[in-house]
Amino acid sequence: MSTFSKLTPEQFQQIGAEFDAIRNRVRADLGERDATYIRTLIKRQRQLEIGGRIMLMIPPAWPLGVAALGVSKILDNMEIGHNVMHGQYDFMGDAALNSQKFDWDSADTAKNWKLTHNYEHHTYTNVLNKDHDIGYGLLRMSEEQKWEPRFLANVPLTVILHTFFQHFVAVQNLKVEDVLIYKTKTKAQLKEDFKPVWQKMRKQLAKDYVFFPLLGGPMAPFVFVGNVAANLMRNVWACAVIFNGHFPEEVEQFPESVIENETRGQWYVRQLLGSANFSGGKLMHIMSGNLSFQIEHHLFPDLPAHRYAEISPEVRAICEKFGLPYNTGSFMRQTLSTWKRIVKLSFPSRTPAVRPLVTVDAVNDAAPAYKLAA
Amino acid sequence: MPQLTTNRFADRALDLVHSALNSRLAAALTYPHGVDRYVEQFAPTFALREVRAEVIATRHQTADSVTLTLRPNRNWQGFAAGQYVRLTVEINGVRRTRCYSPANSVHAKDGLIELTVKAHGDGFVSKHLKLDLRVGTTVFLSQAEGQFALPEQRPDRILLISGGSGITPVMSMLRTLCDEGHKGKITFLHYSNAASDQIYLDELAMINAQFLNVELLRAYNEDQSGELQGLFSREQLIKAVPDYADAQAFLCGPPGMMKVVQKVWADEGLSDQLHLEHFTAAPVVIDSANAEGEVRFIRSERLAKNSGATLLDQAEAAGLKPESGCRMGICKACTCIKTAGKVRDTRTGEISDAGEAEIQICVSVPVGTVTLDI
Repeated sequence: MSTFSKLTPEQFQQIGAEFDAIRNRVRADLGERDATYIRTLIKRQRQLEIGGRIMLMIPPAWPLGVAALGVSKILDNMEIGHNVMHGQYDFMGDAALNSQKFDWDSADTAKNWKLTHNYEHHTYTNVLNKDHDIGYGLLRMSEEQKWEPRFLANVPLTVILHTFFQHFVAVQNLKVEDVLIYKTKTKAQLKEDFKPVWQKMRKQLAKDYVFFPLLGGPMAPFVFVGNVAANLMRNVWACAVIFNGHFPEEVEQFPESVIENETRGQWYVRQLLGSANFSGGKLMHIMSGNLSFQIEHHLFPDLPAHRYAEISPEVRAICEKFGLPYNTGSFMRQTLSTWKRIVKLSFPSRTPAVRPLVTVDAVNDAAPAYKLAA
Repeated sequence: MPQLTTNRFADRALDLVHSALNSRLAAALTYPHGVDRYVEQFAPTFALREVRAEVIATRHQTADSVTLTLRPNRNWQGFAAGQYVRLTVEINGVRRTRCYSPANSVHAKDGLIELTVKAHGDGFVSKHLKLDLRVGTTVFLSQAEGQFALPEQRPDRILLISGGSGITPVMSMLRTLCDEGHKGKITFLHYSNAASDQIYLDELAMINAQFLNVELLRAYNEDQSGELQGLFSREQLIKAVPDYADAQAFLCGPPGMMKVVQKVWADEGLSDQLHLEHFTAAPVVIDSANAEGEVRFIRSERLAKNSGATLLDQAEAAGLKPESGCRMGICKACTCIKTAGKVRDTRTGEISDAGEAEIQICVSVPVGTVTLDI
């Protein structure tokens, strides 16, 4: 049974007020510290990128070049791109760090990303049929998703998703499965939607696989392969971090009915139950774009992510006070738990997939079986 | 002259570097961030198009003013004497923009820009410039703007009238005319509180002594050391500058003073001989005639009475479809530019300042008249 059903409306309200208080306090404190942090990080990212690209052209330094470029792409996408596009640094009024103007070193367009991620995923976190991140239209990640024979390939498809993550994310907003499997979208519409994505994709491909190799002259093959390796490194790592944030076994998914008349407090609790952290040192946090604090990120997606570590003890204290779970563990533990879910959901569930949906009010009146994931 | 040759060589090299960085290949290699985002890490004032400048000196002429010397990058296109620039500085991590008129001659050979700023009691930016701005800081500039400028064809008889720190654009006019060896008569009428807080006091005295066609008339509110006494009045003007009706007059000062001067010219049907610059600390002034509350959507040219709802709701009620997402201040899909007016953040109750800013319209309520770029 979900923790959701044990809370009274008053408690929800209190939880909302306490999380709002944290948010308002941090927002009031934003300033030079945050500006310096993100600018320093960008400087390091640029240094790694330039250094990495040069080293790819010098064979003895090649492995180091791959590592530097891979790390730079990870920083670019996670601690910089993802967080800047959340509007975490909009307060600075710097066009270079503005969520509406920023673009990242990824095949995905900033516009599509903000739609599927900032809007759909963050507003409807873990709500079935609303949050496309539940399986990306490719995988079965929740008991509530009706089993289809194609999900027997859950495991190999997850590996493929990790490998080509930036390109899967790039086409996520196209909802390709609606064309190929559910036939609710036309091919013509898909083609139309793909145009802006291709505009972006081909510039990314040209940079990594044409221009920089050409710049390398006789070293072109090294540069080419180096870019493949660096992109792969970023893809696998980003995908793994994101999966750990939402798919360890204890993390909950919700039916659509939950968002009807959902209060601020209930929204906070849903974010909390739908996310999981993993532990690590400072470097681990930076390399994961502080999504190691996925819970804090989902509660406060527009607060600068480097602040999550500071507020996590307070979030934890609120969880303890209201008997809410605070899901965290080592990176390894969360990864294993996630893969266990992926394997398990390859096969049909024993429980019937369609259950009567309960409204939030009913939930508040202690309706049973709100929790959907096993 | 070896010095000159070296300089010319350096200039040529810089031109080459600049055009290489401005090439399509450079854009492709730095996609999607762009060349500026890399080069600025090593050369903070570099930009392909944007005007940036380094603060190379600060001078404190009086207790409440500061004179900044700025070295602009090569994108600066110069200005006409009397025009202003929008200066953007970062204070505690947040960029702030204010308008200031360069006070130097347009013929200054060093290509530097001189801004004199009076620190107002409640002037957040001006106080920062006075107290905290350090030499070596990078600041951001617009190109020169504004209609208030010496005409290309210099008038024969010129009357300059300024009050307080409104002296800066007319100082630029005076210096420019002196550099040009202007033959016609120039009368400089300046009003301020006391000789001790008058900026450009010594230089004005020098110009007065050196150029026989320049007549300097100062009036101080608090002491009798000026050539004139008291505030501006028609009687005073007739006595001090009997031929004022023959002159083209250029006026910049506080609103109260400007009103009185304007009335004198208007009463005699001479308004087309009076050129003026409204002298305000903030770049945007609210039109007080409409202060009772309207929402103006300038791009779609619509006007709505402020209903008290969020700006997103009001935009939609007006038949507009601005981008939006979560409607709760999380996803930032609705962020747009407020060009003028104050808004209240529905989450924090915080009221914004009246200047241009990006706001999330789903959580902003207008306080009085607000203009949006929708």
